[in-house]
Order: sequence, then structure tokens, then C-alpha cells
Amino acid sequence: MKDETIICRCEDVTWGEIRQALEKGYTTLDEIKRITRAGMGRCQGTTCRRIILREIAKFCHKGIEEITIPTFRPPTKPIKLGTLAGDKDD
Amino acid sequence: MIKKASLVIIGGGIIGCSIAYNLAKMGCKNIVLLEKNSLASGATGRCGAGIRQQFGTEMNCILARESIKIFENLSQELDYDIELNQGGYLMLAYTEKEVSQFKKNVALEQSLDIDARFITVEEAKEIVPPLNTEGLLAATFCPTDGHANPFNTNFAYAEAAQRLGVKIYNFTEARGIKTENNRIVSVSTDKGEVQTPIVINAAGGYSGEIGKMVGVDLPVYSQRHQILITEPVDPLFRPMLMSFSRNFYCQQTPHGSIIMGFGDPGEPKDYDIGSSWQFAREMAQKMIAVVPLLKEVSMVRQWSGLYNMSPDSQPIVGEHPQVKGFYMAVGFSGHGFMLAPVVSLLMAELILKGQTSIPIDKLDIGRFDRGELIIEPSVV
Repeated sequence: MKDETIICRCEDVTWGEIRQALEKGYTTLDEIKRITRAGMGRCQGTTCRRIILREIAKFCHKGIEEITIPTFRPPTKPIKLGTLAGDKDD
Repeated sequence: MIKKASLVIIGGGIIGCSIAYNLAKMGCKNIVLLEKNSLASGATGRCGAGIRQQFGTEMNCILARESIKIFENLSQELDYDIELNQGGYLMLAYTEKEVSQFKKNVALEQSLDIDARFITVEEAKEIVPPLNTEGLLAATFCPTDGHANPFNTNFAYAEAAQRLGVKIYNFTEARGIKTENNRIVSVSTDKGEVQTPIVINAAGGYSGEIGKMVGVDLPVYSQRHQILITEPVDPLFRPMLMSFSRNFYCQQTPHGSIIMGFGDPGEPKDYDIGSSWQFAREMAQKMIAVVPLLKEVSMVRQWSGLYNMSPDSQPIVGEHPQVKGFYMAVGFSGHGFMLAPVVSLLMAELILKGQTSIPIDKLDIGRFDRGELIIEPSVV
């Protein structure tokens, strides 16, 4: 994979940034998320989570099932504050 | 795992990592930091990350003022961009009681060379054009207050500390602390035991549990505070908006997302860090009333973290009088991130030199027994 390949499309995080975090010793998805913002955008990691998990597993020579996944945080899909507040127009 | 250390810090949040850095910078060798999860996994990584100097007590004003000075050069000092954004804090007064409290606060702040000022509703509207001023009586504004990225700041301190030789053990939990004749002897962890004459309790929401390990009852408790963040949008307003009577804080980060939270007075004192839809709904209602165009912005995530509360909402900093070598930097009451740069420096001075460049003896744990509480009136 090329360094400039975008892994997290919502936050524009490249493979190069994730590779650097791994090489610094940050080998959990939680740490990589906090350092690079990967998975913190609009889709909340729906796209990039699996790719990063796979790369962590490869980097650590572990099975993908051994890698801890971070807490899934609500909501599942973005929701307008107006809708949440019970705005009649929505 | 290392068998012997000159000092063990428990907690890999901003408090623990900044203390480790300052101790190492002052020449202390063989420092160990224990973190039961990963760095910034507790309150630091969950916080609103605001930095303000507008407080109601001299102690908090001075500490915050000095902290801002350190924050202003921190990216350079630690060689890591902490994304400091000084867009100010706009404190909104909706009741007469708040107006008189804010006048008192501003007088105190100005006497301490903090550039806060009391402003009219019109001036508040100029600073934040999308503000709905209905019900607003007045406001205060301090332009040098702001926000930094809590993850970056936490990792910046940790990596700088590691470059100075600090050993950080992630996923390593302190399980017990051994004392002899009321002196610290060692810390046992799930990875082995470390002999040390000094332990620093920087465990944030779990600091009370660490106190129990040396047999002392710390007058702190933990309480969930919920928070949510929106998708990134075009710049809408720069300052942190804050109200005590309406109970909220809200700020747009340089990234474009808008972060907001409030403290539920009915929140039980425990370790719950779940999220509720009731919070999200009430939060949305509160903020739409203040900035109506927020109704078009979408929330993408909500979470929560623990405030570690002390009886007077001020931190407890210093050595425990009954246990030699047991130091505490706990009970920050929601202000740990903003106070960390200065408190960590003072803590390092206290341990290595026995005195501090800013007096913090009043933050000792003994103040509760003496009845000398320094009650902070301005807390969300």
C-alpha cells in the first residue's frame, strides 16, 4: 500500500500516517484513532475500521480476531440536532 | 518489567504524563508511569479540552493564567502540534445573580492581570453573530482563553517524557501499594512489582481507588459527564460559549466539528461512562435555543467521561500527611486538562525541591479537616 493512499475518507487520513503511528508503538485501534482521527468522521469508522484492524494484525503478526476493537459510540448514523431536539419541521 | 524505580506515577492521562515530563526535565531519573489501558483513554481523551482563566477564586485564576502561558509555547517545547486555538471564552449571564457573580469574577481576574472584561449583550452578539440573545443579560469575555487537542497534548507530553527516559507501561494496572511504617515501599501490578519510595496518584476518575491501596480515604468522588460532537462545518463562531445557570458549554474546534456538553446535577456518584439519548436530546434543545442554526448540524458521536470531584471543586495537590511518599494530583473537578501544564510543573518542583514557584500549600488535603475550603463558584 502506498503512503499517500487514503484509509479514512471522512478525515483524510493516509496509510502513511497510520504506518507511522504503528511504528511509534501505537498498536491498538483506540490509540490510532486518537492520534490520527481515523474513524472519527461522519461515517464513524464504518469504512476504515476493518482496513486498520487488518493492518494492525499484520504489523503485530496476530490474527485479526485478537485485535481489540474500540467502543462503538452512538448514534449509528449522523442525526441533525434539530431532529434530536424534536423540531416539528423535521 | 523494571524492578526498581525512583518514582512511580499511576495514570497515563494529561496529569500523569505532564508530571512525568516535568520531573524528567528537572533531571529526575528512573521514572515509571503505569497506565491500565492506553494513554488518554480516561478523562483526558474524553474531555471538552477548553482552557479558561475566568474563574471565581484567586487560586484557579492564577493557576489557569500560568497554565495558558505554558500552553502558548507547548507545541514548540514538546515538538508536537497541540492545536492550541485561543478564540476566547464567552461566559453568558442569564440571571441577576450571575451578573453580580461575573462582575466579581472580572474584578478579581483583572486584579490578577487576566484580560477578561464584562461586556454588553450587543458586544456578545458582535463576537458571536449567530448567538440568539433572548434572555441574555450580559456576558464576560476573555480573548486568550481557548481550546487545545487533548489527545495531541497528552501524547505530546508522553512522547517528550519518553525521550527524556521515562518508562511508560501501557495496559499495566496498579493492583496494590505496599507501605512500611507509613512510607511507600512498592507498587504491585498485573505485570510484576516495582520498588519505589514515591507514588504519584494521577488516576483521575479512579484516584479514590488508588487512595484505598495505601489505606487512606480521599474526599473525592467520580461522576459521569456526557458530551457530544457534530460533523465538521464551516466556521460559525470562535469562542467557547458557556453558561452556569443554563448549564452548558459549546465550542467549534479548529477541525470544524462542534463539541458540547453539560453536567447533570442528578448524575449518581459512580464509574458509569455510558451514553444516553436523553442527554443528546436535552443538549440539542439547549444549544439550538442559544445558536438556532445548529439545528441544521448533525451529531456524529456522543460519549462520556468522569469528573473527579473534590468537596470545593479545586484539585488536591501534595503529599499525604499520613503516608510519606504518597503524592496526589487528584480531584480536578473537570479542570484537569486546562490546569495540567502548571500543576505538573509545581508538582515536580514540590517533589524535587520541596517548594514551589507558585504557592499551592492551600491545595493540600488537610484543608478539608481545617475547614479551609476554597469554594469555586463557577463550574459547569
